[in-house]
Amino acid sequence: MNVLECEGLVKAFDDLVAVDGVGFHIAEGETYGLLGPNGAGKTTSISMIAGILESDAGTVTVAGTEITTRTTEGKAKIGYVPQDIAIYPDLSARENLRFFGKLYGLPKQSLDSRIDEVLEVIGLSDRGDDRTEEYSGGMKRRLNIGIGLLHEPTLLILDEPTVGVDPQSRNAILESVEQLGRRGTALLYTTHYMEEAERLCDRVAIIDGGKIRAEGTRRELVELVGQRDTVNLGVVGSAQRLVDALGAVEEIESITSTEGSVEILVEGASSLLPRILDIAQQAGVGISGVEVVEPNLESVFLHLTGKALRD
Amino acid sequence: MRAALVIAAKDLSQRIRDRSAILLGLVAPLGLALIFSAIIPSGTESFDVKVGLLDDDGGPITAPFVDEVLPAVTADGIMAVTDYGDLPALESDVEAGSQNAGYVFPAGFSDDILTAQGGTVRLLGNVDSSISTQIAQAVLESYLSEVDAIGIAVGSALLSGATDVDDITAKAAATPAAVTLADTEAANRELDITTFFSAGMAVFFLFFTVQFGVSSLLEERFYGTLPRLLGAPINRWAIIGGKALTSFVLGIVSMIVLAVGTTVLIGAEWGNPVGVLILMIAGVMSALGIMAVVAVISKTPEQAANWQAIVAVALGLLGGTFFPLSQGPRLLALFSKLTPHAWFLQGLGDLSAGDGLEVVITPTLAMLAFFVVTIALAVVFGRKRVLAP
Ligand SMILES: Nc1ncnc2c1ncn2[C@@H]1O[C@H](COP(=O)(O)OP(=O)(O)OP(=O)(O)O)[C@@H](O)[C@H]1O
Ligand SMILES: [Mg+2]
Repeated sequence: MNVLECEGLVKAFDDLVAVDGVGFHIAEGETYGLLGPNGAGKTTSISMIAGILESDAGTVTVAGTEITTRTTEGKAKIGYVPQDIAIYPDLSARENLRFFGKLYGLPKQSLDSRIDEVLEVIGLSDRGDDRTEEYSGGMKRRLNIGIGLLHEPTLLILDEPTVGVDPQSRNAILESVEQLGRRGTALLYTTHYMEEAERLCDRVAIIDGGKIRAEGTRRELVELVGQRDTVNLGVVGSAQRLVDALGAVEEIESITSTEGSVEILVEGASSLLPRILDIAQQAGVGISGVEVVEPNLESVFLHLTGKALRD
Repeated sequence: MRAALVIAAKDLSQRIRDRSAILLGLVAPLGLALIFSAIIPSGTESFDVKVGLLDDDGGPITAPFVDEVLPAVTADGIMAVTDYGDLPALESDVEAGSQNAGYVFPAGFSDDILTAQGGTVRLLGNVDSSISTQIAQAVLESYLSEVDAIGIAVGSALLSGATDVDDITAKAAATPAAVTLADTEAANRELDITTFFSAGMAVFFLFFTVQFGVSSLLEERFYGTLPRLLGAPINRWAIIGGKALTSFVLGIVSMIVLAVGTTVLIGAEWGNPVGVLILMIAGVMSALGIMAVVAVISKTPEQAANWQAIVAVALGLLGGTFFPLSQGPRLLALFSKLTPHAWFLQGLGDLSAGDGLEVVITPTLAMLAFFVVTIALAVVFGRKRVLAP
């Protein structure tokens, strides 16, 4: 059984259709990414999935239970980490966790020990009794995630959990998300960072303008663009001479040159690279550097929407 | 219900921590009630209005006032009366403030009344002691209203052919003179000044206290925690319920503490505790409804706080929490009934007059009407927005 199934989700704010027929599913233990730029409709989609925002149309089922804004029990299966930090600044981390633990109906006897566990996971054990307004931005982010984990949800929804976080905290957050994924929690992860989607997600949906434009594993998505790699060569001497010499190689799809560098678009750069270097040597052109760029989700996004993921 | 309690418990602990609820709910009203009751001499025992009397008339109409009314009022400790022989001395003493007010009955006053020509009494007042002057005026007026009756009685007696004017007047005046004083008390169904300020400040600040619970819903949105509450496995109404419960607890606790505090510290007399509690509950609910409407149509916690302060002050002033409504124009007393404050104070006033519990029914229903109407408005305005993330 899928942990999440959603279908035909629609939400309009006045004239603006923020989400327009979004649907996908997440299998048990799967990490699913929603990758899209600002305003793509990520937060709006997951707000409907979590039963926070009333949808105009569509259905959501989490572990077999239908979720609407009026659902009560079913929501206990969902953990939700909002995009904006959502904690009480005048309460300590422990008090924040205790409040939400009670709200989720966690048993009294085990609540304190569960809070200790979560504080451990998010690395706030020694600061758990301080008011959260005294926390650094990264600490607040970690608590923000911790509250979502507290009741051990079947599906954990994380809305851009690394936005505005320093590289060190960011890495820590990504690592704990990976760990959760390995432990078998199904994850719905939204981001506009291509690298995060590639690193964490088993499958990714590319969302833009309220619609899912494509969906699949990284490999599947990249195939959509055609598997062309880009080879960048640093050239000592005449770049034009190299371009002429490479003209005979059929596998090369296109070739462009600037002063001191040549850019080649090929299918399967790794197998062709030795031949290219050979030809350069025979033509008497020195090579000062080689870079192979495989297609990534950034280029998929560019291909699908005609615009960059981030401006 | 469980979720509402969890939310209310969290909110209350936050409110206790930030102290502003304690400040506005307890410290400010108690402090002001103490200050007011210290500045304005309280209680009938200690409140002496010094009045000078110049009776150039000495006739049958002034006699009951001078011989019966004034001594009775003096015995009650309301007034101290000094006799004067000439007008300039009285005028200068009133001006200097050694007398708060002066009664001047001109020569021939009684005759003028008895011959139905209408006489004039002068009341000298001092601007610096306006309350004293008003008291002196109230005593005189309630007597003069009797004089009108006497004048009419005498007038009709003369028409019907009676001759002994002095005798008739004496008879007519004898009974009303006693009635006059009884009337003064009965008409004055108001709280003594200490209790008035205690209750006035309590109900005035109640609106600020209650606002803390209601507005915390906006705070949840501001902190971003509202989506978390909406995503939790609880009934959405529990969120509203928790906030309302927080407001109610804050309001009722502050009222009870203030009632007990002012009773112990400055001897306020709130009256029958059951009646007082009923009025308090209704008062808190009306405040809750009114503040809820303001919160619902506000966008940020600051905006709500500003508007709630304006509404609380405006209603408090109109409702007569700072000065007894009887001292103001009639129209104000009428308009004040558009505020829960006035109903609350009226209920307490009636209760303190020693009447039975049934006197709180009308004020209670009036305050509950405020609650019902404002909650309905809040639902109409807020239905779509309040529980949206
Ligand atoms: N409450 C709202 N009222 C009106 N418009 C809204 C509201 N919430 C979202 N929108 C609009 O809906 C669109 C999608 O917003 P959404 O927050 O879902 O985007 P997002 O993908 O989460 O973007 P970001 O990466 O910036 O968080 C945007 O154009 C936004 O302006
Ligand atoms: Mg978003």
